Amino acid sequence: MGDYFLLAISCIFVNNILLAQYLGNCPFLGVSKKMETATGMATAVIFVLVLAGAITWALSHYILKPFDLEYLQTLSFILVIASLVSFVELFLKKSIPALYSGLGIFLPLITTNCAVMGVCLINIKEEYNFLETLVSSFTYPAGFGLALVLYAGLRERILLARVPKPLQDTAIGLVGAGMMSLAFMAFKGMA
Amino acid sequence: MPEIINSIDSTEKTGPVIHVTTSPHILEKGAGTRRTMLDVIIALIPVMAASVYLFRSYAVKQIVICTLSCLSAEVIFIRMRGKSITINDFSAAVTGIILALSLPPSMPWFVGVIAGFAAIGLGKIIYGGLGMNIFNPAMVGRAFVIIAFTGILGADAYSNLSGVADAVSGATPLTALKYSGIHTALSNMFWGNIPGSLGETSVIASVIGGLYLIYRKAASLEIPACIIATIAIIAGLVDLSCGHSGIFFYHHLFGGATMFGAFFIATDPVTSPLTFKGKLCFAVGVGFLTMIMRMYSGYPESFMFAILLMNAVTPLINRWFIPTPFGGK
Repeated sequence: MGDYFLLAISCIFVNNILLAQYLGNCPFLGVSKKMETATGMATAVIFVLVLAGAITWALSHYILKPFDLEYLQTLSFILVIASLVSFVELFLKKSIPALYSGLGIFLPLITTNCAVMGVCLINIKEEYNFLETLVSSFTYPAGFGLALVLYAGLRERILLARVPKPLQDTAIGLVGAGMMSLAFMAFKGMA
Repeated sequence: MPEIINSIDSTEKTGPVIHVTTSPHILEKGAGTRRTMLDVIIALIPVMAASVYLFRSYAVKQIVICTLSCLSAEVIFIRMRGKSITINDFSAAVTGIILALSLPPSMPWFVGVIAGFAAIGLGKIIYGGLGMNIFNPAMVGRAFVIIAFTGILGADAYSNLSGVADAVSGATPLTALKYSGIHTALSNMFWGNIPGSLGETSVIASVIGGLYLIYRKAASLEIPACIIATIAIIAGLVDLSCGHSGIFFYHHLFGGATMFGAFFIATDPVTSPLTFKGKLCFAVGVGFLTMIMRMYSGYPESFMFAILLMNAVTPLINRWFIPTPFGGK
């Protein structure tokens, strides 16, 4: 139990997928202008990644490894993630149209969200067992969501600031992200 | 800028008697950024005096370098933006002094210069100047150089001192306790006769300065009180449950930057929440993160990082605790 707790802490804070491993920066910059889209994106990524993590783990351990097909890892993982995203998209379009239109282009972009692919590959590379895979597939996107929501708060406040013209919008957003990353550095050495 | 103020004054004199203004309604005459910053500098005098007494030329050198680099960064960057110079509101000087006091005594001069430029440039001007910044400028400067010059600002920066009392040269109390189990006497920590960053060693100096700040209403009481209480509770519980017989407790309460940071850094009105509940939330967060990082992370001197992290949460806290307007539901 303690091991799983440590793994969760490490995935959320120490090895935060956005601020310590720098994966998934496009949705980080893209949907963080408003709090609603940020929380929506965070939940969508958690949902997709828990499913994708479990399926890719099973795929890797029961199909790719026994048949020596590991060279197909990248290809098959992309396929699994892409079809899952299409599924989530259909689901949201039908049940929560407001969130669907709020997310707009960024939902299909989860297909190419390197954070999703990255976590699936980390799960295999770190040789996690199935439970550990589930924990990491839930806590990595939770850390992603935490950073995204904090960052959306920052950006809403930056909107009110008199930022110099050349630095407006994405540029100042990246500077803010860098500083958050600097603050998250303090967790280094934990767990 | 003075012309504009004069013109406002003259219209107010000739204009209608009743005029509507938005908050903040400044009633006290002479109140404003300049007066508040002067109060902060006055409050910092005991801390500076203690650090100069304890660290001699190291403290003088560091305070001069950091303050000058912050002031020149302010002048250069404001010029680049084509605005009039706002150096005479003392805010850059306050940033410089706090930055100097939060860094270890011995380090090359260029680290201070880089820290000053990072503090003013990345911490403040880039967001549009005073009042717009999200992170505490001095802490941005400090975190920037701590991460960038890990080797130079590591344990050696506290221990390779010459020309000062032996007591202030060595591993800091928190590092010594964590990695080698050596503990420091309580009275030394109280008077500041211990190794550490320039301004943080003397508890009594920080408390005197801090109480002056609170008396002058330049800082709120809630934030320091609540941070110290949170750290005291967590350290006390850990101490009781692990049987350290009080040593762990007073090291964390008086050691590191607890007192200096709680009074002078966390109370920055720009980067801390606005409402009472928000301030409590912020302060508990700072105390909790500080203790977590001191106990588990690789940086025992992590008070400053806890402040940066909670600065990032401040906009969210302000969202959660929107005060009900008078007469609102």
